[in-house]
Amino acid sequence: MPEPVIQVRPEGLYVPAADLHIDPRRAVRRAIITHAHADHARAGHGRILASPTSRALLEHRLPGTPVSVLPWRTRHPFGKATISLHPAGHVLGSAQVRVEVDRETWVVSGDYKRQADPTCETFESVPCDTFITEATFALPVYRWPEPADVATDVLRWIRHNRDQGRSSLLLAYSLGKAQRVLAELHRHPEAQAVLGDPVVVHDAVAAINQLYRDAGIDLPPTRRIEDRPTGERRAPIVAIAPPAVDGSRWAKRLGVHDHAFVSGWMRIRGIRRRRAASRGFLLSDHADWPGLLRTIEESGARRVLVTHGRPDVLVRVLRERGVAAAPLEGPWEPAGEEG
Amino acid sequence: MEDFCRLYSDLDSTTSTSRKVSVLRAHLAKASPADAAWTVYILTGGRVRRAVRTAELRQWATELAGLEEWLFEESYATVGDLAETIALVLDLGLPGPATVEGSLTHWIEDILLPLRTEDDPVARRQRVVAAWSAQHTLGRFCFTKLLTGGLRVGVSRRLVVRALAALTGLEDDILTHRLSGGWEPTEDNWALLTATDVSSSVGARPYPFFLASALDDGPDSLTGEPSDWLVEWKWDGIRGQLVRRDDEVWIWSRGGELVTDQFPEVVEAGLKLPPGTVVDGELLAWADDGPAPFSSLQRRLQRKRVGAKLLREVPVVLLAYDLLEWAGRDIRSLPLHERRAMLDGVMRRTEGNGMRLSQALNVGSWAEAARLRAGARTARAEGLMLKARNSPYRTGRRRGDWWKWKVDPLTLDAVLIYAQAGHGRRANLHTDYTFAVRNAEGELVPIAKAYSGLTDAEIIRLDKWIRENTRERFGPVRSVAAEQVFELAFEGIRRSRRHRSGLALRFPRILRWRTDKPVSEIDTVANLENLVERLGS
Repeated sequence: MPEPVIQVRPEGLYVPAADLHIDPRRAVRRAIITHAHADHARAGHGRILASPTSRALLEHRLPGTPVSVLPWRTRHPFGKATISLHPAGHVLGSAQVRVEVDRETWVVSGDYKRQADPTCETFESVPCDTFITEATFALPVYRWPEPADVATDVLRWIRHNRDQGRSSLLLAYSLGKAQRVLAELHRHPEAQAVLGDPVVVHDAVAAINQLYRDAGIDLPPTRRIEDRPTGERRAPIVAIAPPAVDGSRWAKRLGVHDHAFVSGWMRIRGIRRRRAASRGFLLSDHADWPGLLRTIEESGARRVLVTHGRPDVLVRVLRERGVAAAPLEGPWEPAGEEG
Repeated sequence: MEDFCRLYSDLDSTTSTSRKVSVLRAHLAKASPADAAWTVYILTGGRVRRAVRTAELRQWATELAGLEEWLFEESYATVGDLAETIALVLDLGLPGPATVEGSLTHWIEDILLPLRTEDDPVARRQRVVAAWSAQHTLGRFCFTKLLTGGLRVGVSRRLVVRALAALTGLEDDILTHRLSGGWEPTEDNWALLTATDVSSSVGARPYPFFLASALDDGPDSLTGEPSDWLVEWKWDGIRGQLVRRDDEVWIWSRGGELVTDQFPEVVEAGLKLPPGTVVDGELLAWADDGPAPFSSLQRRLQRKRVGAKLLREVPVVLLAYDLLEWAGRDIRSLPLHERRAMLDGVMRRTEGNGMRLSQALNVGSWAEAARLRAGARTARAEGLMLKARNSPYRTGRRRGDWWKWKVDPLTLDAVLIYAQAGHGRRANLHTDYTFAVRNAEGELVPIAKAYSGLTDAEIIRLDKWIRENTRERFGPVRSVAAEQVFELAFEGIRRSRRHRSGLALRFPRILRWRTDKPVSEIDTVANLENLVERLGS
């Protein structure tokens, strides 16, 4: 039996034919990084390979590590392997990794979603023999509403808060989710009427916004909290910040405010109440249950290996449908706040 | 129904009591009398008698969503709530409207309640599916919640009363009284509830219970001398209020349930009192001439009606400790010492089987009280009650006048061996734990399950450890490496043939995570058996 094209090593996924790792958890000589979220992009690698739009984000997050770009969809020889990157639709620059060795093709999905997102490349289905998929939201209860409908709910909430004299704080992961929320709100027909002044963003979000704008993503103008005119310090505002900011001194500067989490986890009331004890809006950068099943089908893979989240459930469903599937046990992070 | 869904969502997305009060007040002000009545009924924990079996609902939702049965069960295990799971999976196969048409009353009275008399399963399914089809996700959740019994949303009875008080300008106590005991959701009752005429409301109605607060620091922190306080045993039974009016006797539990039929001997004793008498006390199983263990009372509590044999084997008494109404007059504002003096007189008419006076204890000093408290377990009490002699009978849990000074709990050290994900707010986190001690052969045997006692931060830390140290998985249960030691508190221990350790704990809970203790130092079945001997069960 030939050696598997991709193996699980203690440090993470490894491609023996190319002698490189994919999203390793420990420092390695050479790593392909699918996207710039902290649980995939770790510091200390000798060299990083990434998509064109990921590069600036990785250099921002991991200063000092050299990043080489692999242009989208272009096949590069690495040892006995041929490797290419394809958009995963998770956040700006997020990539699936296609690895071909001796005419056998494997695809590592990384994190991905199927919903349209004005702030990143659209997911592209890549045919393969073995598909390694994530399973963060692999349960039938996870199904995402239309982003436009979510934007309507968010704007209604903002308007209600303002009527009560309160500011509105949207808690969203600073890389990807925050930009998507901004863009989705901005393109809603009622955005101008409800939002008025530019949205206030936390510095962590502002830094990523700049990188998105540099990459040509159309984001509405935003401002920092310091930029509020002195006379308007008490007027209700709309702000976006990463979840860790909740309850911080920065958040206190918003004055009386309501907060809301923006995440796929908000689908479940118990999780919403535990993480937020407040309002939750359902906008996820991962595939929902129908999205996972559709993607696996479109890949045409003979075999599916499942990582992250709920591999047990997805594996059993696939097996019952006659697809060879197995959990890929490895050093994955447990499902985090990001989602 | 759309308004009710929005109310639910607003109440569910804030933890601020004042915000909830204002949201509810605004909702009740706009609602029709019938909708307002149903809203109050539902939020105070009122239940609609189950119209459809949950097994059927599960099955229909699973079919409509196109799922295998096990997949629904996995979803349920993660979501932790059946109605919510049903509402979420229905999104996969059943499109719904953007808003739900029709009033809350229409949905309950014209759609939900008639389902109870639909005996044909096919027609029943059709009607439920039609209802689901006319609702969005949140509507399906609320409707299915009601269909399966009730809908709780972190709103206490007291909060509903506050909203009603804000709406009507009536006092809390009047509203609580009007709402207590079997309040039915009708337009007429809504009118009576909110009526500004406060002259009379009698019949079976109980008074709201006054609840004691825990005295954590001991009585030295109390104002006044020991002689300003009435000291009694804190009995280990269930609270009961006996209402004697007209030709009848009603017995109310603290939860606002009528338990009259469960305690015929108490009813018989109560009938010897003159009409217009209300007594507050503790229902206890009685053996020979003293209280029997709580486990005896449990045998009675498990029955809605009691047979002659059980009545003989486990007689129950109401130990009376307060008098709330006398000669048809509400005397709750009189000081306790006056009410007690009257109670002594009242009880002479019926002292014996069924009702007894809870004797005050003679205590000259707090040191003497502390000695009595230390011996409480032998007297089958949970500790002492300290009540200010000059206090009125208040409503609810107000600190200051009534204190419960409980005995320190018993404790043991045990190791965590199984963990299971919790429900509701704790769905997706491992919060249900099974602990073990060592038996004579050196094996670990389960001693208790416990759910509470850790902080949120500790729960998250322990959850992470559990995921990383799982040995085996049995459905939702994980067995973990036997490494983490916890100190458990419990209220009692007895022998039990149903448990592998041969022992059963009463009300076990986690006291501390003993990260400093090695597994070699956990308790053994042998030390616990000694404890059973010492306590003389």
